[in-house]
Amino acid sequence: MAISIRETAFDPWQETLAYQQNQLGESGKFGATASFIGTMRDFNEGDDIRAMTLEHYPGMTEKQLDKIVAEARAQWDFIDSLIIHRVGDLFPNDPIVLVVVWSAHRGAAFDACRFIMEALKSKAPFWKKESLPSSERWVEKNTDGYANL
Amino acid sequence: MAIRVRYFANLRELVGHNEESLSADNIQTVADVLNVINKKNKLPENILQAINMDYAELKSPVKDGDEVAFFPPVTGGS
Repeated sequence: MAISIRETAFDPWQETLAYQQNQLGESGKFGATASFIGTMRDFNEGDDIRAMTLEHYPGMTEKQLDKIVAEARAQWDFIDSLIIHRVGDLFPNDPIVLVVVWSAHRGAAFDACRFIMEALKSKAPFWKKESLPSSERWVEKNTDGYANL
Repeated sequence: MAIRVRYFANLRELVGHNEESLSADNIQTVADVLNVINKKNKLPENILQAINMDYAELKSPVKDGDEVAFFPPVTGGS
């Protein structure tokens, strides 16, 4: 169960592969891997976004993410999880967040991955400041994670 | 009683510093801490608060040495 806050760019595919090889090995114990990768858009609320700065509350971020993973483990039977989240200066297409869950069967992997991501959005103390072509602004609220059908 | 107060994001910009130490004898809850701050810098209505890195409510009790943080709704992830 790894949680990592990064100040520099990361490759979510490399991180997933490296963690799986180092922590889960060739165990044959997991049958499902679900992952979510969030990347930075170059638009928001109709405006061009040139860059973004992510601020966080060191210590509280890790504490809240630890709690979220513990809550997920209480609800679903999964083998391991990995959360990586960027802070600092980001540019469009940079990965912001990675959540990966490994489990024996797909249900726990899918559901725990979704739960962790949605809980992270509402509880982990991160704040985004966007750089527009000629101004800056704090992002005031998150979009709904569940698409309207 | 001494409380370490921390501010993040737009609240940090609004008050002009990351943190400060508050000493007052009549502080019992987060709301009391907020009242002291609001006399110097009125914080927005829609904010969150934490005590020692756990989410707290305005009525939550604070004790000597606690770290109380104020910040806007969180906007991490993607």
